[in-house]
Amino acid sequence: MPAVPTVEATMLGKLDWSAIPFDQPIPLVAGAVVLVAILGVLIWVVVKGHLPYLWHEWITSVDHKRIGVMYILLASVMLLRGGSDAIMMRIQQAVAYQSQGYLPPEHYNQIFSAHGTIMIFFVAMPFVIGLMNLVVPLQLGVRDVAFPTLNSVGFWLTATGALLVNLSLVIGEFARTGWLAFPPLSELSYSPGVGVDYYAWSLQISGVGTLVAGINLVTTVLKLRTKGMNYLRMPMFCWTTLASNLLIVAAFPILTATLAMLLLDRYLGFHFFTNEAGGNVMMFMNLIWAWGHPEVYILVLPAFGIFSEVVSTFSGKALFGYRSMVLATMAICVISFMVWLHHFFTMGAGPDVNAIFGIASMIIAIPTGVKIYNWLFTMYGGRIRFATPMLWSVGFMVTFIIGGLTGVLLAVPPADFMLHNSMFLVAHFHNVIIGGVLFGAFAGFEYWFPKAFGFRLDERWGKAAFWFTFLGFFVTFIPLYVAGMLGMTRRMQHYDVAAWRPWMIVAAFGMAVLTIGVICQILQLVVSIRNREALRDRTGDPWDGRSLEWATSSPPPVFNFAFNPDVRGEDAYWDMKARARQQSLEHDAPEYRDIEMPRNSPTGFVCAFFATIMGFALIWHIWWMVILGGLGAFATFVVFAWRDHDEYVIPAEEVARIDRVNLEERRSLVSMAGAI
Amino acid sequence: MNLLDPQGPVAAANSTILIDSVFIMLAIVVPTIVAILAFAFWFRASNSKARYQPDFVYSGRVEMVVWSIPALTVILLGGVAWIGSHQLDPAAPVPGTGSPVRIQAVSLDWKWLFIYPDQRIATVNTLTVPAGAELNFQLTSSSVMNTFFIPQLGSMIYTMNGMVTKLNLRADNEGKLKGLSAHFSGDGFPDMMFDVNVISPLAFPDWVAATAKTDAVLDEASYKKLMQQGIEKGRPAYRLEDPRLFDLIANQHIPPGPGPELISDAGRPHSGGHDAR
Amino acid sequence: MSMTATAGRARADPHHIGVVIEHPGPASKRIVTAYGFWVFLLSDIVMFSCFFAAYAVLSGQTAGGPKGSEIFEQGNVAIETVCLLLSSFTCGMASIAADVRNRFWFYLGMAVTCVLGVIFLVIEFREFADLVARGYGPSRSAFLTAFFSLVGCHGLHVTAGVLWLLTMMAQVFAKGFRADVLRRMMCFALFWHALDIIWVGVFSVVYLLGSGV
Repeated sequence: MPAVPTVEATMLGKLDWSAIPFDQPIPLVAGAVVLVAILGVLIWVVVKGHLPYLWHEWITSVDHKRIGVMYILLASVMLLRGGSDAIMMRIQQAVAYQSQGYLPPEHYNQIFSAHGTIMIFFVAMPFVIGLMNLVVPLQLGVRDVAFPTLNSVGFWLTATGALLVNLSLVIGEFARTGWLAFPPLSELSYSPGVGVDYYAWSLQISGVGTLVAGINLVTTVLKLRTKGMNYLRMPMFCWTTLASNLLIVAAFPILTATLAMLLLDRYLGFHFFTNEAGGNVMMFMNLIWAWGHPEVYILVLPAFGIFSEVVSTFSGKALFGYRSMVLATMAICVISFMVWLHHFFTMGAGPDVNAIFGIASMIIAIPTGVKIYNWLFTMYGGRIRFATPMLWSVGFMVTFIIGGLTGVLLAVPPADFMLHNSMFLVAHFHNVIIGGVLFGAFAGFEYWFPKAFGFRLDERWGKAAFWFTFLGFFVTFIPLYVAGMLGMTRRMQHYDVAAWRPWMIVAAFGMAVLTIGVICQILQLVVSIRNREALRDRTGDPWDGRSLEWATSSPPPVFNFAFNPDVRGEDAYWDMKARARQQSLEHDAPEYRDIEMPRNSPTGFVCAFFATIMGFALIWHIWWMVILGGLGAFATFVVFAWRDHDEYVIPAEEVARIDRVNLEERRSLVSMAGAI
Repeated sequence: MNLLDPQGPVAAANSTILIDSVFIMLAIVVPTIVAILAFAFWFRASNSKARYQPDFVYSGRVEMVVWSIPALTVILLGGVAWIGSHQLDPAAPVPGTGSPVRIQAVSLDWKWLFIYPDQRIATVNTLTVPAGAELNFQLTSSSVMNTFFIPQLGSMIYTMNGMVTKLNLRADNEGKLKGLSAHFSGDGFPDMMFDVNVISPLAFPDWVAATAKTDAVLDEASYKKLMQQGIEKGRPAYRLEDPRLFDLIANQHIPPGPGPELISDAGRPHSGGHDAR
Repeated sequence: MSMTATAGRARADPHHIGVVIEHPGPASKRIVTAYGFWVFLLSDIVMFSCFFAAYAVLSGQTAGGPKGSEIFEQGNVAIETVCLLLSSFTCGMASIAADVRNRFWFYLGMAVTCVLGVIFLVIEFREFADLVARGYGPSRSAFLTAFFSLVGCHGLHVTAGVLWLLTMMAQVFAKGFRADVLRRMMCFALFWHALDIIWVGVFSVVYLLGSGV
């Protein structure tokens, strides 16, 4: 440390003009394009006068449905970013046989690190959290989540993390260490740049957001259920939400602690994971995977819930073996904490340890297998409608079984001794994450889109998207399985082995097919928005649904339900519809009451603004700005705590007016069903 | 580098377990996939022949079967895993003909150093071993983590600074194989591939004698030069001055290798791997 | 009676578990808030357990530097512990005062809690400063790294707690004992007690075990 820091060093920390990669056209152009796009959208919004609408209805909204939609929007945008990384990687490996390809190592290494980080933290996580936010309170028959304002804070902190990751494109660099930043490579001596700092701080900030979301949803499921919604009457998606968020609450603090240790090493010269002074690299491996393995189930359990809802709805049957499913879900939740060591069988821990963790990992396959069979028997004796969500579900079942097979194979230590860190492993986890989480996210997106926006999505483009993605997936990843069997390891910027090359070329071709799938998905959205009047869902129940979210209008009013429904059994809404038909009822006008709803609040947005400043300042060692950001965030919370009215009242007449419209539509539905 | 074309007993046993496990699981997986597709097709809404049974939502017998199929598979595979983990532990002995060869492997940024302490020689990026003999590896790293892996000889293992891992292998057939690092270690990572020459046990002493004639000497000073970041296209060989060199590296008597030099404060370090090209 | 009761039961208990407890509906705000905060505290304890684990792994790695028994001063630690335990008591008094809406006892309880917390922090800070001055800072060895992080992490929590405490007092001063203020007060009390529990862990694992070895 210099005795007297210069003015520049005090004001700007490590930041100077060399941080902007003028010599690297690809990130610079990509960054510029993104920047221009963002500016364009901003200018359009301001000029068209949409800013007040956006501010009042979305940015400051604490409505769980709006926040859910924003989470999904964030995930979709980041999916495009992560997908571009994937395309660049596949092309590089297709051309980099006995040559350097078109990406130098320092750039290629950033790309695969960013791809993993973005896909897990800023695509998969926000997508499933978004769906949970959107749907769970509706399924539980309540008006909001437990902590609406914190919910907004959680979302905006996640967005901050995503922003920081993307900022690294143009200012500085991203980590070149892989998505888990293993030390000692990620320590200051081997990664002196700001890349790892970008990585760690964006995950720390978004990690706080995720933790908040987790606490919020756990409390919502456990403490806010409508009358009669006993645990064993909750829809399966609520169960998997509970399991997944319990895992968030128990696992994310481990990530926070681990990254904090890494940051202390890098910033203050601590010795947690350094080579020097007794630091211990193996401790990092254990800690990061103690978070990392549950993380896999945090992502996939909600997807299992989505498939349960979809398969049951489109088969026209209640879920087969509901109790087994609940048991399986909770079993996965618990066992997922006891298997982390299978990520490093090759560290030489000894045969007993390896075998025990191998067998524990296999045991997870039991409840997972049970789930597959229960979906299978839900279809048995059903009357299956192959709408797009159902296609994704059947596609998932087939794909996921193969991923499960290769997963159990990797849990056999001697097999893992050959396949660890290979392209086979890469193919395996894409098999479960794309085939499980992403297919689930898409199924949920198609399934609940009408609920969120009031019109269905175009089926033709949706099916095209499914088939291209499904086939593209196999064309991309089967070659990677083969490459792994040919001894190819992951993260190769170039290679000299002729046998690998054809498979890399096929995989690049598969990536093109996958890309067409994504384009179809975008076109589906465009076409559907254009034809929204024709696709309008007037009844609130477009799929002949079974759970309570279909009992309210699409989109639901801000208060979700005029009355908190009274639940008498599983499949609450199916039950209500059946009773309604039986008694050809709709009793007299109910007695409406005033409803109190939480007021909008800019707390989340402002807090995230300061978090962004603070994160950026920490990355670049601009200490005065760190203090400024910290004070700002604290002040934001104090201001929030000081406000006098945190709720507003929707008068009974307004509730009645909104609810009557919904009832009218529904009554026509019931009478029509009666006529048939 | 085909995993299914093993050239030694460890790889052969590993790949046998791999294939057996796949077949055990395929016995369950294939019927399940067929059932999924068949049920989905038969019970489609437009099929009037399929019987609609909306109340078929619980069956104790089905549940019983559904839990036991995966459980039985896992019990079977668990046995495979338990026995396999013990028999094929990387540190378990692999008896061979003739006296075992001790090899001390050090992963450097970004090349492999193989020290033959008993023969008093060392090579970089090329590993020469006699066919049929037990190979006792001791492994460590000069700086970041790597994984030592010769696909056709089997079992990989991590190398870590300040620690020694153990691995025993055997190569049965003469020939040329390839090895690599299977754990990402920085910009020069893809160039950490190394040649494995399996020669006849009779030719091995000759090779040792020929190699020992080199003028290049590996001692602390030349090792420190070697461990600077960079890739090595050649295949240098050394006479080993001090047979305890590996211990000095492993117990950090020689401090860990340096990282890249910074050219600017602003985040983007000078890339050793790129520069060496 | 039997017919309808059985039918009702069958519907309410589709799984034949025998017990039917009809869920009464959403819980009150007070319960929801406290419950959520408990869940947060659990997650915080998970985070601490990582630092405990790191300490357990690294406590032998002194890298030629001092061992725990050479640097821990039992006297100071005893005073720290007494301060923190006493502050838990006074915090409890303040909670009771808030529940019965007694401003005087509330301010008094909180003020004493604050003073005790600050004394704790000052002693801890002096211990740290002294170690750093002797060249035994966190960069000296992995053991000291783990020690400073674990104890420092608790210290940071106490600092945050003191900041929260002052904010709470200001809020009661400005807004009185409003329902939302009382809910926050309940969360603060939970937080402060949880820090006490963690300190008992730190005290036992670091100072008691450490000075014995």
